[in-house]
Amino acid sequence: MATTIGTDPLTLPPAIHDEDRKTLHETWEPERGFKGWVRAVNHKTVGKRYIVTALVFLLLGGLEAAALRMQLARPDNTLLGPDRYNQVFSMHGTTMMFLFAVPIMTAIGIYLVPLMIGTRNVAYPRLNALGYWTFLLGGVFLYTFFAMNSGPDAGWTSYTPLTGPQFANGKRIDVWAQLVTFTEIAALIAALEMVMTVLKMRAPGMTFRRLPLFVWAQFITAAMVMFAMPAVATGSIMLGADRLLATHFFNHAEGGDALLYQHLFWFFGHPEVYIIFLPALGMVSQIVGTFSRRPVFGYPVMVAALLTTGFIGFGLWVHHMFATSVHMLSQSFFTAASTMIAIPTGVQIFCWIATLWLGRPVWKTPLLFVAGFVVVFMIGGLSGVMLASVPFDAQAHDTYFVVAHLHYVLLGGALFPLFGAFYYWYPKVVGRLMSERLGKWHFWLLLIGVNVTFFPQHLLGLEGMTRRIYTYSEAMGWGPLNLVSTVGAVIIVAGMAMFAVNLLWSVRHGEDAGANPWGADTLEWLTTSPPPPYNFVDTPVVTSRDGLWAYDGEVPVVTGLHTDRPEVLVTSMMDTRPVYRHEMPEPTYAPLVMAVVIAGMLAAGIFTPWGVVVGTFAIVIPFYIWAWPDRGQHARNLREEKQRRAEPEMAS
Amino acid sequence: MRLRHHATIALLLWASSCVGYDHQSALDPAGPQAGSVHGLWYLMLGISAGVYVVVVAALLLVIRRRQAHPLEPDETRSRDREARAKRVVVIAGAVTVGVLFVVLLADLAVARGLTRLATSPALTIRVTGHQWWWDVEYEDSIPQRRVRLANEIHLPVGQPVLVKLQSHDVIHSFWVPNLAGKRDLIPGHHTETWIRADRPGVYRSQCAEFCGLQHAKMALYVVAEPRDQFDAWIARQRTPAVTPNDTLAIRGKGVLESGSCALCHTVTSTLARGLVGPNLTHVGSRLSLAAGTLPNTPGYLAGWIADPQTIKPGAQMPPNSLTPEDLRALVAYLSTLR
Repeated sequence: MATTIGTDPLTLPPAIHDEDRKTLHETWEPERGFKGWVRAVNHKTVGKRYIVTALVFLLLGGLEAAALRMQLARPDNTLLGPDRYNQVFSMHGTTMMFLFAVPIMTAIGIYLVPLMIGTRNVAYPRLNALGYWTFLLGGVFLYTFFAMNSGPDAGWTSYTPLTGPQFANGKRIDVWAQLVTFTEIAALIAALEMVMTVLKMRAPGMTFRRLPLFVWAQFITAAMVMFAMPAVATGSIMLGADRLLATHFFNHAEGGDALLYQHLFWFFGHPEVYIIFLPALGMVSQIVGTFSRRPVFGYPVMVAALLTTGFIGFGLWVHHMFATSVHMLSQSFFTAASTMIAIPTGVQIFCWIATLWLGRPVWKTPLLFVAGFVVVFMIGGLSGVMLASVPFDAQAHDTYFVVAHLHYVLLGGALFPLFGAFYYWYPKVVGRLMSERLGKWHFWLLLIGVNVTFFPQHLLGLEGMTRRIYTYSEAMGWGPLNLVSTVGAVIIVAGMAMFAVNLLWSVRHGEDAGANPWGADTLEWLTTSPPPPYNFVDTPVVTSRDGLWAYDGEVPVVTGLHTDRPEVLVTSMMDTRPVYRHEMPEPTYAPLVMAVVIAGMLAAGIFTPWGVVVGTFAIVIPFYIWAWPDRGQHARNLREEKQRRAEPEMAS
Repeated sequence: MRLRHHATIALLLWASSCVGYDHQSALDPAGPQAGSVHGLWYLMLGISAGVYVVVVAALLLVIRRRQAHPLEPDETRSRDREARAKRVVVIAGAVTVGVLFVVLLADLAVARGLTRLATSPALTIRVTGHQWWWDVEYEDSIPQRRVRLANEIHLPVGQPVLVKLQSHDVIHSFWVPNLAGKRDLIPGHHTETWIRADRPGVYRSQCAEFCGLQHAKMALYVVAEPRDQFDAWIARQRTPAVTPNDTLAIRGKGVLESGSCALCHTVTSTLARGLVGPNLTHVGSRLSLAAGTLPNTPGYLAGWIADPQTIKPGAQMPPNSLTPEDLRALVAYLSTLR
């Protein structure tokens, strides 16, 4: 097999003059200084920021979780009073779901997908930057209000009528609803550009039959976001309107319906879980393939499983509402759908195990985290099948059994693969490997911590410990198990500290990675670590599903893109024929300005409807900046136009 | 003085373990619904444990296999092994579908069984959720025979009881783990559930849907007792409040009627006709105070009346600045309301 894989990739593309490379560098190089920092539109710059920001929110959400566990460590504790506790648990859920889990999966996609499909940037670089700024400002908005004792206090679900104008005074719920609006904008933007990037910018030869599974997962996830987010957007806007404009969508006294909110929320809320979970499955597939030294077993089945999950994921939402008295027939339908969703995931797990069995696994930290994923996630998956049962759900719903279930699913199903992905792709992003030793400490502490924290909670739930209670009396007998759970949380914190140290330490002291430290098969490993701003000197041509493993020493490329302007190759959707050269926009202030205007509009909107009115007009300004032609580009276009007109004369 | 007061309340809170009740647990069923779910739980637990052990064992076996020399590509892809792997994966997938089908059938069978309880009820109880207490009314076609109380349900052992659920404000959820699964109380919707207790006992219930500040302190006790005891209890509950005869209690009645208590609470046959808070006609006979927060003893009662906001911050009941003598009289009177 290919012997050159793993050597300096810059020697791989044939006969590239140093001069060309230099021109490419000049064209794509990010601007320097503060100006360059705020104007950046490169997917790698934006992706890195996205990842770092999401990690900061992971830290904040984690600290909130630690505070919750401290309060619950013993009965009748008074560390956090009811008001503070309610804010902290709401902030924990909101942060983890809206500001960490979804954004970090998006962020990793933004960084990796263009590299994995062999292009230079995402389809809409300015939109991409806008998405990031909106997400960042949304998080800043939420935490600013939290710092002023106005954080949301009705859970990450914010059910009406508890959140309606009659029962929730102040701005807390408005802050929550508006944060959801921020993250909706960011998520929809990311989904749009992900879909277009995958559809139109794949390297020649990378047909859908050869698409890496991670890209498939990101693609399906993006499509899911497009269908799921509008539901919660509707819900949060209607909630905001009920509170601020005296509409009565959810007020039963005026003909509204409190349950309507739950339907809108969960029509988004359940697919949301898969929006987090599918990219994680994609990461697992890449890691399993690379470290088994062979392609993942059953590729068509894996793709079908991802697609099926994406579809069935929309048919389960009512299982969050079984206790609201759902009709028997729909109960059976949603029970059947919720049970069925286990099949595609189960099949994927079997395929990964088969891959490991057929291949020759190399037990590096990323693969360790994949094993941890199976061990932890399966507990959550199996308790999920239990919760699909209406009679059992009636007992377990809204108790710590569900808390345990969802943490097993999200920590096992998303966090373990995510950490695997960090150890796996960190060298590509930073150019240095993370410490294996610290990684193993991180893994074992996390594995033990997660189980010690959450396993006892199953039992607490069945003993009747309901969710979202700030305290419990000693007579309930829940003290010991809660203490165990808190000890587990301390172990998790220790594990996360290892990760944090590893992340920071390895930036300078990690082992030099080279282009392809794992000998992996996907295109991102073809270029240097970290990749140059333009990703690839020439667009590689994909010859097989095995990617780099099939190259056999030589990488066929497509040439012909201008090096003196930021061009990308657009290919046809199905057979990936090169169609045309598309010029990417230059760095610009427009996304930041627009995000600031949007943020101002949304923040002002919770105090007065005029915020939205004025904001709608104010947004014209960034639109102008956005659409204003670039002077250099414009001049060059004119020059070329003139040349073209002159050419026929010269020929004649 | 204030400090000592707080210290007393803290002490009261610490000692609030006096209400004797059965262990609250879905795993200790006392009724047919909880019983069948209990069976379903062990079935699913067994199946899940089996599946888990098999898959994790397969993973561990794979892990134990020989490891490649780092970064050496695998050249030994044999058609034979691929075919074997394919067979195993297909079988595993088929088994998964089969097992899930079994679980699904068990689910549906249990769900179907649960609806069979809905025959003619021996009793109909209307439970209304409030932030943060339960209003309980025993329905009867004759208005005088209706019984109104709070945070407590009595029912005769072995007889199905229909519980009609509604909410006064936000969504709550009615759940007695030892008896049956939960059902939400949703404003604007009428929901109902059935319960039957097959052995006598006191079963604790806690609001299961987050309902605001004091969601944690919104409990209810279900007292299942033999038919004759239940009949005696309900007969007593139907009588109007007793008229006190000792001077202290008479003074206490005056405090209740002339003070702010009467604005929110009702004690039948007195001037207290408020409809905001719990009905206190037989408050002395109840197991707990403040929706399961405190045991019902004169000491706790006095503490609760004087300073509910320390015990249950955010509760709708305001602090009362009664003189110590008035407070003592009020507690004496309320304790006679058995």
